[in-house]
Amino acid sequence: MIRLIAMRELRSLFTLPSTWLIFAALQFVFAWFFLARLEAFLEVQPQLAQLANPPGVTITVAAPMFNTIALLLMMLTPMYTMRLIAEERRNQTLPLLLSAPLSELHIVLGKFLGMLVFLIALSASVPLMLYSLALGTELDHGLMLSNLIGLLLLTASFTALGLYISALTVQPVIAAIGALAALVGLWLADIGASAPDSPWHAISPLGRFQNFNAGLLDSSDAMFFVLFTGVFLLLTIRRLHNNRTYG
Amino acid sequence: MSDTAPEITISARKLTRRFGNQKIIHDVSLTLRRGEVLGLLGHNGAGKSTTMQMLTGCLLPDSGDIEVCGIDLLRQPILAKMHLGYLPETPPLYRELRVDDYLTFAARLRGIKNGKVAAALAQAKQRCGLEAIGGKIIATLSKGYQQRVGIAQAIVHNPEVIVLDEPTVGLDPAQIRDIRSLIRELGDSSSVILSTHLLGEVESLCDRVEIMQKGRLIYGDTTAALANYGGEPGRLEENFIRITERETAANAATSAGDGK
Repeated sequence: MIRLIAMRELRSLFTLPSTWLIFAALQFVFAWFFLARLEAFLEVQPQLAQLANPPGVTITVAAPMFNTIALLLMMLTPMYTMRLIAEERRNQTLPLLLSAPLSELHIVLGKFLGMLVFLIALSASVPLMLYSLALGTELDHGLMLSNLIGLLLLTASFTALGLYISALTVQPVIAAIGALAALVGLWLADIGASAPDSPWHAISPLGRFQNFNAGLLDSSDAMFFVLFTGVFLLLTIRRLHNNRTYG
Repeated sequence: MSDTAPEITISARKLTRRFGNQKIIHDVSLTLRRGEVLGLLGHNGAGKSTTMQMLTGCLLPDSGDIEVCGIDLLRQPILAKMHLGYLPETPPLYRELRVDDYLTFAARLRGIKNGKVAAALAQAKQRCGLEAIGGKIIATLSKGYQQRVGIAQAIVHNPEVIVLDEPTVGLDPAQIRDIRSLIRELGDSSSVILSTHLLGEVESLCDRVEIMQKGRLIYGDTTAALANYGGEPGRLEENFIRITERETAANAATSAGDGK
Protein backbone atom coordinates (compact mmCIF):
# COMPACT_ATOMS: atom_id res chain seq x y z
CA MET A 1 0.00 0.00 0.00
CA ILE A 2 2.81 2.38 0.92
CA ARG A 3 4.53 1.62 -2.37
CA LEU A 4 1.29 2.10 -4.27
CA ILE A 5 0.81 5.59 -2.87
CA ALA A 6 4.45 6.46 -3.45
CA MET A 7 4.18 5.30 -7.07
CA ARG A 8 1.03 7.35 -7.61
CA GLU A 9 2.85 10.40 -6.30
CA LEU A 10 5.75 9.82 -8.71
CA ARG A 11 3.43 9.14 -11.62
CA SER A 12 1.55 12.39 -11.02
CA LEU A 13 4.82 14.31 -10.80
CA PHE A 14 6.18 12.92 -14.02
CA THR A 15 3.01 13.58 -16.00
CA LEU A 16 3.69 17.30 -15.54
CA PRO A 17 5.91 18.77 -18.25
CA SER A 18 7.26 21.29 -15.75
CA THR A 19 8.77 18.45 -13.70
CA TRP A 20 10.82 17.33 -16.69
CA LEU A 21 11.85 20.91 -17.49
CA ILE A 22 13.05 21.62 -13.97
CA PHE A 23 14.69 18.21 -13.86
CA ALA A 24 16.66 19.01 -17.01
CA ALA A 25 17.51 22.56 -15.96
CA LEU A 26 18.83 21.34 -12.62
CA GLN A 27 21.07 18.75 -14.26
CA PHE A 28 22.52 21.58 -16.32
CA VAL A 29 23.10 23.72 -13.21
CA PHE A 30 24.71 20.81 -11.35
CA ALA A 31 27.03 20.05 -14.28
CA TRP A 32 27.96 23.72 -14.69
CA PHE A 33 28.77 24.05 -11.04
CA PHE A 34 30.78 20.83 -11.06
CA LEU A 35 32.86 21.91 -14.04
CA ALA A 36 33.47 25.39 -12.60
CA ARG A 37 34.58 23.86 -9.33
CA LEU A 38 36.82 21.38 -11.11
CA GLU A 39 38.40 24.08 -13.26
CA ALA A 40 39.19 26.20 -10.21
CA PHE A 41 40.83 23.18 -8.61
CA LEU A 42 42.96 22.45 -11.68
CA GLU A 43 44.16 26.05 -11.75
CA VAL A 44 45.44 26.05 -8.18
CA GLN A 45 46.57 22.42 -8.18
CA PRO A 46 50.27 23.21 -9.02
CA GLN A 47 50.49 25.50 -6.00
CA LEU A 48 48.62 23.05 -3.79
CA ALA A 49 51.04 20.32 -4.77
CA GLN A 50 53.91 22.24 -3.13
CA LEU A 51 52.22 22.04 0.28
CA ALA A 52 53.39 19.37 2.70
CA ASN A 53 49.96 17.75 3.01
CA PRO A 54 48.00 18.98 -0.03
CA PRO A 55 44.15 18.89 0.09
CA GLY A 56 42.74 16.39 -2.40
CA VAL A 57 40.06 16.71 -5.02
CA THR A 58 37.35 15.31 -2.72
CA ILE A 59 37.65 18.08 -0.17
CA THR A 60 38.09 20.89 -2.70
CA VAL A 61 35.51 19.82 -5.29
CA ALA A 62 33.15 17.27 -3.78
CA ALA A 63 32.54 18.74 -0.32
CA PRO A 64 31.62 22.27 -1.51
CA MET A 65 29.46 20.75 -4.20
CA PHE A 66 27.52 18.70 -1.65
CA ASN A 67 27.13 21.81 0.47
CA THR A 68 25.65 23.72 -2.48
CA ILE A 69 23.28 20.86 -3.31
CA ALA A 70 22.13 20.89 0.31
CA LEU A 71 21.31 24.60 0.04
CA LEU A 72 19.55 24.10 -3.30
CA LEU A 73 17.49 21.25 -1.85
CA MET A 74 16.43 23.51 0.98
CA MET A 75 14.85 25.85 -1.58
CA LEU A 76 13.56 23.13 -3.92
CA THR A 77 11.98 20.71 -1.47
CA PRO A 78 9.13 23.07 -0.44
CA MET A 79 8.24 23.56 -4.13
CA TYR A 80 7.62 19.85 -4.45
CA THR A 81 6.27 18.98 -1.02
CA MET A 82 3.66 21.76 -1.18
CA ARG A 83 1.35 19.64 -3.34
CA LEU A 84 1.49 16.46 -1.29
CA ILE A 85 -1.57 16.97 0.89
CA ALA A 86 -2.69 20.56 0.28
CA GLU A 87 -3.51 19.78 -3.33
CA GLU A 88 -5.45 16.65 -2.39
CA ARG A 89 -7.49 18.89 -0.14
CA ARG A 90 -8.01 21.55 -2.75
CA ASN A 91 -9.02 19.07 -5.45
CA GLN A 92 -11.08 17.12 -2.91
CA THR A 93 -9.34 13.84 -3.69
CA LEU A 94 -8.61 13.07 -0.05
CA PRO A 95 -11.89 11.10 0.43
CA LEU A 96 -10.54 8.50 -2.01
CA LEU A 97 -7.66 7.78 0.37
CA LEU A 98 -9.71 8.22 3.55
CA SER A 99 -12.45 5.83 2.45
CA ALA A 100 -9.98 3.21 1.22
CA PRO A 101 -8.86 0.35 3.46
CA LEU A 102 -5.61 1.88 4.66
CA SER A 103 -4.44 3.83 7.65
CA GLU A 104 -3.07 7.34 7.96
CA LEU A 105 0.36 5.78 8.46
CA HIS A 106 0.21 4.26 4.97
CA ILE A 107 -0.85 7.54 3.39
CA VAL A 108 1.85 9.59 5.12
CA LEU A 109 4.68 7.11 4.60
CA GLY A 110 3.66 6.57 0.98
CA LYS A 111 3.72 10.26 0.22
CA PHE A 112 6.96 10.78 2.16
CA LEU A 113 8.80 7.95 0.43
CA GLY A 114 7.50 8.89 -3.02
CA MET A 115 8.78 12.43 -2.59
CA LEU A 116 12.08 11.23 -1.13
CA VAL A 117 12.67 8.94 -4.11
CA PHE A 118 11.91 11.82 -6.44
CA LEU A 119 14.36 14.16 -4.72
CA ILE A 120 17.03 11.46 -4.68
CA ALA A 121 16.53 10.92 -8.41
CA LEU A 122 16.75 14.68 -8.90
CA SER A 123 20.15 14.93 -7.21
CA ALA A 124 21.50 11.51 -8.22
CA SER A 125 23.61 13.00 -11.01
CA VAL A 126 25.81 14.82 -8.47
CA PRO A 127 27.46 11.77 -6.90
CA LEU A 128 27.72 10.25 -10.38
CA MET A 129 29.65 13.29 -11.63
CA LEU A 130 31.86 13.27 -8.57
CA TYR A 131 32.57 9.55 -8.82
CA SER A 132 33.60 10.07 -12.43
CA LEU A 133 36.68 11.80 -10.99
CA ALA A 134 37.78 8.38 -9.78
CA LEU A 135 38.75 7.66 -13.40
CA GLY A 136 41.62 10.13 -13.16
CA THR A 137 42.47 10.37 -9.49
CA GLU A 138 42.09 8.86 -6.07
CA LEU A 139 38.90 9.81 -4.17
CA ASP A 140 38.45 9.98 -0.42
CA HIS A 141 35.68 7.39 -0.17
CA GLY A 142 35.08 8.02 3.53
CA LEU A 143 34.36 11.69 2.93
CA MET A 144 32.14 10.88 -0.04
CA LEU A 145 30.17 8.35 1.96
CA SER A 146 29.63 10.67 4.93
CA ASN A 147 28.42 13.39 2.56
CA LEU A 148 26.04 10.99 0.82
CA ILE A 149 24.58 9.77 4.11
CA GLY A 150 24.29 13.35 5.35
CA LEU A 151 22.56 14.52 2.20
CA LEU A 152 20.09 11.64 2.35
CA LEU A 153 19.21 12.37 5.99
CA LEU A 154 18.98 16.08 5.25
CA THR A 155 16.61 15.52 2.31
CA ALA A 156 14.45 13.25 4.46
CA SER A 157 14.16 15.92 7.15
CA PHE A 158 13.27 18.64 4.61
CA THR A 159 10.64 16.37 3.05
CA ALA A 160 9.06 15.51 6.39
CA LEU A 161 8.81 19.17 7.37
CA GLY A 162 7.37 20.11 3.97
CA LEU A 163 4.86 17.26 4.15
CA TYR A 164 3.65 18.41 7.55
CA ILE A 165 3.20 22.00 6.46
CA SER A 166 1.36 20.79 3.37
CA ALA A 167 -1.02 18.93 5.68
CA LEU A 168 -1.86 22.14 7.52
CA THR A 169 -3.39 24.05 4.64
CA VAL A 170 -5.64 23.85 1.59
CA GLN A 171 -3.49 26.11 -0.57
CA PRO A 172 -0.32 24.54 -2.01
CA VAL A 173 1.25 27.99 -2.42
CA ILE A 174 0.84 28.69 1.28
CA ALA A 175 2.35 25.31 2.05
CA ALA A 176 5.36 26.19 -0.11
CA ILE A 177 5.87 29.58 1.49
CA GLY A 178 5.39 28.13 4.96
CA ALA A 179 7.89 25.32 4.46
CA LEU A 180 10.41 27.64 2.82
CA ALA A 181 10.06 30.14 5.64
CA ALA A 182 10.57 27.41 8.24
CA LEU A 183 13.65 25.97 6.52
CA VAL A 184 15.29 29.29 5.67
CA GLY A 185 14.41 30.56 9.15
CA LEU A 186 16.18 27.61 10.80
CA TRP A 187 19.17 28.10 8.54
CA LEU A 188 19.44 31.87 9.13
CA ALA A 189 19.05 31.41 12.88
CA ASP A 190 21.86 28.88 12.71
CA ILE A 191 24.33 31.00 10.74
CA GLY A 192 23.32 34.15 12.61
CA ALA A 193 23.94 32.73 16.08
CA SER A 194 27.50 33.66 17.00
CA ALA A 195 27.82 31.76 20.29
CA PRO A 196 29.26 28.32 19.50
CA ASP A 197 26.94 26.62 22.00
CA SER A 198 23.80 28.41 20.79
CA PRO A 199 20.78 26.06 20.63
CA TRP A 200 20.08 27.27 17.10
CA HIS A 201 23.07 25.27 15.88
CA ALA A 202 21.60 22.16 17.42
CA ILE A 203 18.18 22.34 15.79
CA SER A 204 19.12 23.48 12.30
CA PRO A 205 19.22 20.64 9.76
CA LEU A 206 21.75 22.47 7.61
CA GLY A 207 23.88 23.16 10.68
CA ARG A 208 23.80 19.47 11.54
CA PHE A 209 24.81 18.65 7.99
CA GLN A 210 28.12 20.52 8.38
CA ASN A 211 29.70 17.64 10.29
CA PHE A 212 28.74 15.17 7.58
CA ASN A 213 30.07 17.64 5.03
CA ALA A 214 33.43 17.71 6.78
CA GLY A 215 33.55 13.92 6.87
CA LEU A 216 32.61 13.52 10.51
CA LEU A 217 30.04 10.81 11.14
CA ASP A 218 28.53 11.69 14.50
CA SER A 219 25.75 9.45 15.79
CA SER A 220 24.11 12.39 17.57
CA ASP A 221 23.76 14.20 14.22
CA ALA A 222 22.27 11.09 12.65
CA MET A 223 19.87 10.73 15.58
CA PHE A 224 18.87 14.35 15.19
CA PHE A 225 17.82 13.79 11.59
CA VAL A 226 15.96 10.59 12.41
CA LEU A 227 14.10 12.33 15.24
CA PHE A 228 13.39 15.45 13.20
CA THR A 229 11.95 13.37 10.36
CA GLY A 230 10.04 11.09 12.71
CA VAL A 231 8.47 13.93 14.66
CA PHE A 232 7.16 15.65 11.56
CA LEU A 233 5.84 12.39 10.10
CA LEU A 234 3.99 11.72 13.36
CA LEU A 235 2.61 15.25 13.39
CA THR A 236 1.37 14.72 9.81
CA ILE A 237 -0.37 11.49 10.78
CA ARG A 238 -1.98 13.31 13.67
CA ARG A 239 -3.09 16.13 11.43
CA LEU A 240 -4.73 13.70 9.00
CA HIS A 241 -6.45 11.98 11.88
CA ASN A 242 -7.73 15.31 13.19
CA ASN A 243 -9.13 15.83 9.74
CA ARG A 244 -11.58 13.02 10.44
CA THR A 245 -12.31 14.25 13.93
CA TYR A 246 -12.84 17.92 13.24
CA GLY A 247 -13.81 17.75 9.58
CA MET B 1 -34.26 -17.22 -3.06
CA SER B 2 -34.26 -18.15 0.60
CA ASP B 3 -37.09 -16.82 2.67
CA THR B 4 -34.88 -15.33 5.38
CA ALA B 5 -34.50 -11.55 5.28
CA PRO B 6 -31.56 -10.43 3.17
CA GLU B 7 -28.39 -9.76 5.07
CA ILE B 8 -27.82 -6.30 6.54
CA THR B 9 -24.87 -4.58 4.87
CA ILE B 10 -24.86 -1.27 6.71
CA SER B 11 -26.25 -0.51 10.09
CA ALA B 12 -25.73 2.87 11.71
CA ARG B 13 -27.06 3.57 15.17
CA LYS B 14 -27.64 6.94 16.77
CA LEU B 15 -25.03 8.91 14.88
CA THR B 16 -24.46 12.43 16.08
CA ARG B 17 -21.99 14.95 14.88
CA ARG B 18 -21.27 18.53 15.73
CA PHE B 19 -19.06 21.09 14.06
CA GLY B 20 -17.94 23.57 16.66
CA ASN B 21 -20.98 24.35 18.77
CA GLN B 22 -23.46 23.50 16.07
CA LYS B 23 -25.02 20.07 16.09
CA ILE B 24 -25.31 19.03 12.47
CA ILE B 25 -26.50 15.44 12.78
CA HIS B 26 -28.94 14.30 15.47
CA ASP B 27 -29.39 10.61 16.30
CA VAL B 28 -29.40 9.27 12.77
CA SER B 29 -30.00 5.51 12.51
CA LEU B 30 -30.00 3.68 9.21
CA THR B 31 -30.03 0.11 8.00
CA LEU B 32 -29.42 -1.14 4.52
CA ARG B 33 -29.91 -4.66 3.20
CA ARG B 34 -28.31 -6.45 0.33
CA GLY B 35 -30.11 -5.89 -2.94
CA GLU B 36 -31.61 -2.62 -1.83
CA VAL B 37 -31.26 0.93 -3.11
CA LEU B 38 -31.84 3.51 -0.39
CA GLY B 39 -32.43 7.13 -1.26
CA LEU B 40 -31.40 9.81 1.18
CA LEU B 41 -33.60 12.74 0.37
CA GLY B 42 -33.45 16.24 1.69
CA HIS B 43 -32.97 19.92 1.05
CA ASN B 44 -29.54 21.41 0.57
CA GLY B 45 -27.70 21.52 3.88
CA ALA B 46 -29.88 18.86 5.48
CA GLY B 47 -26.82 16.80 6.45
CA LYS B 48 -26.90 14.18 3.70
CA SER B 49 -23.27 14.56 2.71
CA THR B 50 -22.08 14.64 6.32
CA THR B 51 -23.98 11.41 7.01
CA MET B 52 -22.38 9.79 3.98
CA GLN B 53 -18.93 10.91 5.04
CA MET B 54 -19.50 9.24 8.38
CA LEU B 55 -20.78 6.04 6.78
CA THR B 56 -17.59 5.80 4.70
CA GLY B 57 -15.16 6.57 7.49
CA CYS B 58 -14.05 9.95 6.15
CA LEU B 59 -15.48 11.67 9.19
CA LEU B 60 -15.74 10.28 12.69
CA PRO B 61 -19.11 10.61 14.42
CA ASP B 62 -19.13 12.15 17.91
CA SER B 63 -21.22 9.26 19.14
CA GLY B 64 -23.02 6.26 17.75
CA ASP B 65 -21.72 3.26 15.86
CA ILE B 66 -21.58 1.98 12.34
CA GLU B 67 -21.28 -1.59 11.13
CA VAL B 68 -20.41 -2.46 7.56
CA CYS B 69 -21.18 -6.10 6.75
CA GLY B 70 -21.03 -6.87 10.45
CA ILE B 71 -17.63 -5.20 10.97
CA ASP B 72 -17.37 -2.19 13.26
CA LEU B 73 -16.23 0.72 11.09
CA LEU B 74 -14.86 2.71 14.00
CA ARG B 75 -12.89 -0.11 15.64
CA GLN B 76 -11.71 -2.01 12.56
CA PRO B 77 -11.76 0.64 9.86
CA ILE B 78 -9.41 -1.15 7.49
CA LEU B 79 -11.41 -4.38 7.40
CA ALA B 80 -14.73 -2.57 7.15
CA LYS B 81 -13.64 -0.26 4.35
CA MET B 82 -12.80 -3.27 2.14
CA HIS B 83 -16.55 -3.57 1.56
CA LEU B 84 -17.15 0.09 0.77
CA GLY B 85 -17.21 2.07 -2.43
CA TYR B 86 -17.72 5.81 -2.16
CA LEU B 87 -18.37 8.57 -4.63
CA PRO B 88 -18.19 11.92 -2.81
CA GLU B 89 -19.99 15.03 -4.00
CA THR B 90 -16.94 16.06 -6.01
CA PRO B 91 -15.49 12.98 -7.71
CA PRO B 92 -12.02 12.42 -6.20
CA LEU B 93 -10.09 12.39 -9.45
CA TYR B 94 -6.37 12.84 -10.00
CA ARG B 95 -6.92 14.94 -13.08
CA GLU B 96 -3.41 14.60 -14.43
CA LEU B 97 -3.64 10.80 -14.74
CA ARG B 98 -5.06 8.69 -17.54
CA VAL B 99 -8.38 6.98 -16.84
CA ASP B 100 -6.77 3.52 -16.87
CA ASP B 101 -3.95 4.53 -14.53
CA TYR B 102 -6.37 6.19 -12.17
CA LEU B 103 -8.73 3.22 -12.05
CA THR B 104 -5.80 0.84 -11.60
CA PHE B 105 -4.67 2.93 -8.64
CA ALA B 106 -8.19 2.91 -7.19
CA ALA B 107 -8.48 -0.86 -7.62
CA ARG B 108 -5.10 -1.56 -6.03
CA LEU B 109 -5.92 0.85 -3.23
CA ARG B 110 -8.99 -1.23 -2.41
CA GLY B 111 -6.82 -4.32 -2.17
CA ILE B 112 -7.37 -5.99 -5.55
CA LYS B 113 -4.39 -8.22 -6.32
CA ASN B 114 -2.21 -7.30 -9.26
CA GLY B 115 -3.32 -10.25 -11.41
CA LYS B 116 -6.99 -9.40 -11.05
CA VAL B 117 -6.80 -5.68 -11.71
CA ALA B 118 -7.21 -5.98 -15.49
CA ALA B 119 -10.45 -7.95 -15.18
CA ALA B 120 -11.86 -5.60 -12.52
CA LEU B 121 -10.95 -2.60 -14.64
CA ALA B 122 -12.56 -4.05 -17.76
CA GLN B 123 -15.77 -4.77 -15.88
CA ALA B 124 -15.97 -1.33 -14.25
CA LYS B 125 -15.26 0.43 -17.54
CA GLN B 126 -17.84 -1.64 -19.36
CA ARG B 127 -20.45 -0.88 -16.70
CA CYS B 128 -19.79 2.86 -16.79
CA GLY B 129 -19.34 3.11 -20.55
CA LEU B 130 -15.69 4.11 -20.40
CA GLU B 131 -14.22 1.47 -22.74
CA ALA B 132 -13.29 3.97 -25.43
CA ILE B 133 -11.57 6.53 -23.25
CA GLY B 134 -9.24 4.45 -21.09
CA GLY B 135 -6.19 6.18 -22.53
CA LYS B 136 -7.41 9.74 -22.07
CA ILE B 137 -6.23 12.11 -19.41
CA ILE B 138 -9.00 12.78 -16.91
CA ALA B 139 -8.61 16.58 -17.03
CA THR B 140 -9.53 16.54 -20.73
CA LEU B 141 -12.84 14.72 -20.19
CA SER B 142 -16.24 16.38 -20.04
CA LYS B 143 -17.97 16.67 -16.66
CA GLY B 144 -20.28 13.79 -17.46
CA TYR B 145 -17.40 11.47 -18.22
CA GLN B 146 -15.53 12.61 -15.13
CA GLN B 147 -18.59 11.72 -13.10
CA ARG B 148 -18.61 8.28 -14.69
CA VAL B 149 -14.95 7.79 -13.86
CA GLY B 150 -15.89 8.74 -10.29
CA ILE B 151 -18.57 6.05 -10.25
CA ALA B 152 -16.22 3.50 -11.85
CA GLN B 153 -13.74 4.22 -9.06
CA ALA B 154 -16.41 3.44 -6.46
CA ILE B 155 -17.45 0.10 -7.97
CA VAL B 156 -14.17 -1.21 -9.38
CA HIS B 157 -13.65 -3.60 -6.44
CA ASN B 158 -17.26 -4.90 -6.47
CA PRO B 159 -18.02 -3.62 -2.98
CA GLU B 160 -21.01 -4.79 -0.99
CA VAL B 161 -21.94 -1.26 -0.03
CA ILE B 162 -21.87 1.57 -2.54
CA VAL B 163 -22.34 5.12 -1.27
CA LEU B 164 -23.08 7.68 -3.96
CA ASP B 165 -23.39 11.36 -3.11
CA GLU B 166 -25.53 13.01 -5.78
CA PRO B 167 -24.36 10.73 -8.57
CA THR B 168 -26.30 12.35 -11.41
CA VAL B 169 -25.54 16.01 -10.77
CA GLY B 170 -24.31 17.81 -13.85
CA LEU B 171 -25.11 15.06 -16.33
CA ASP B 172 -27.17 15.40 -19.49
CA PRO B 173 -30.49 13.50 -19.75
CA ALA B 174 -29.04 10.60 -21.72
CA GLN B 175 -26.20 10.19 -19.26
CA ILE B 176 -28.64 10.37 -16.35
CA ARG B 177 -30.62 7.53 -17.89
CA ASP B 178 -27.47 5.43 -18.32
CA ILE B 179 -26.25 6.08 -14.80
CA ARG B 180 -29.66 5.30 -13.33
CA SER B 181 -29.84 1.97 -15.08
CA LEU B 182 -26.32 1.26 -13.85
CA ILE B 183 -27.32 2.06 -10.27
CA ARG B 184 -30.38 -0.20 -10.62
CA GLU B 185 -28.09 -2.98 -11.80
CA LEU B 186 -25.68 -2.39 -8.93
CA GLY B 187 -28.59 -2.49 -6.50
CA ASP B 188 -29.34 -6.08 -7.53
CA SER B 189 -26.00 -7.51 -6.51
CA SER B 190 -24.90 -5.08 -3.78
CA SER B 191 -26.59 -2.40 -1.77
CA VAL B 192 -26.58 1.26 -2.66
CA ILE B 193 -27.17 4.44 -0.67
CA LEU B 194 -27.55 7.51 -2.76
CA SER B 195 -28.29 11.06 -1.78
CA THR B 196 -30.25 13.35 -3.98
CA HIS B 197 -32.70 16.18 -4.02
CA LEU B 198 -34.31 15.02 -7.23
CA LEU B 199 -37.58 13.27 -6.56
CA GLY B 200 -37.71 11.70 -9.97
CA GLU B 201 -34.49 9.94 -9.15
CA VAL B 202 -35.94 8.48 -5.99
CA GLU B 203 -39.06 7.33 -7.82
CA SER B 204 -37.18 5.57 -10.59
CA LEU B 205 -34.35 4.12 -8.53
CA CYS B 206 -34.97 3.63 -4.87
CA ASP B 207 -36.67 0.80 -3.01
CA ARG B 208 -36.72 2.81 0.16
CA VAL B 209 -36.49 6.49 1.08
CA GLU B 210 -35.26 8.29 4.15
CA ILE B 211 -36.07 11.97 4.30
CA MET B 212 -33.60 14.10 6.14
CA GLN B 213 -34.14 17.58 7.48
CA LYS B 214 -31.87 19.67 9.65
CA GLY B 215 -29.76 16.68 10.58
CA ARG B 216 -32.64 14.37 11.55
CA LEU B 217 -34.33 11.55 9.72
CA ILE B 218 -37.96 12.59 9.70
CA TYR B 219 -39.49 9.93 7.49
CA GLY B 220 -38.44 6.49 6.35
CA ASP B 221 -40.47 4.06 4.28
CA THR B 222 -40.66 2.40 0.90
CA THR B 223 -40.90 4.58 -2.15
CA ALA B 224 -44.39 3.26 -2.83
CA ALA B 225 -45.51 4.25 0.66
CA LEU B 226 -44.16 7.76 0.18
CA ALA B 227 -46.16 8.06 -3.01
CA ASN B 228 -49.28 7.07 -1.07
CA TYR B 229 -48.47 9.20 1.96
CA GLY B 230 -51.43 10.13 4.14
CA GLY B 231 -53.77 7.85 2.23
CA GLU B 232 -53.86 10.29 -0.62
CA PRO B 233 -52.01 8.87 -3.56
CA GLY B 234 -50.35 11.93 -4.99
CA ARG B 235 -47.19 12.95 -6.58
CA LEU B 236 -44.02 12.20 -4.71
CA GLU B 237 -43.05 15.83 -4.84
CA GLU B 238 -46.16 17.06 -3.05
CA ASN B 239 -45.83 14.41 -0.38
CA PHE B 240 -42.20 15.27 0.20
CA ILE B 241 -43.06 18.95 0.63
CA ARG B 242 -45.95 18.07 2.92
CA ILE B 243 -43.69 15.97 5.15
CA THR B 244 -40.94 18.54 5.39
CA GLU B 245 -43.38 21.39 6.01
CA ARG B 246 -45.20 19.46 8.69
CA GLU B 247 -41.86 18.86 10.39
CA THR B 248 -40.89 22.53 10.14
CA ALA B 249 -44.22 23.54 11.67
CA ALA B 250 -43.81 21.01 14.47
CA ASN B 251 -40.33 22.32 15.19
CA ALA B 252 -41.55 25.91 15.25
CA ALA B 253 -44.29 24.91 17.72
CA THR B 254 -41.83 23.17 20.08
CA SER B 255 -39.31 25.99 19.99
CA ALA B 256 -42.09 28.54 20.62
CA GLY B 257 -43.17 26.38 23.58
CA ASP B 258 -39.60 26.31 24.89
CA GLY B 259 -39.41 30.07 24.73
CA LYS B 260 -42.24 30.57 27.21
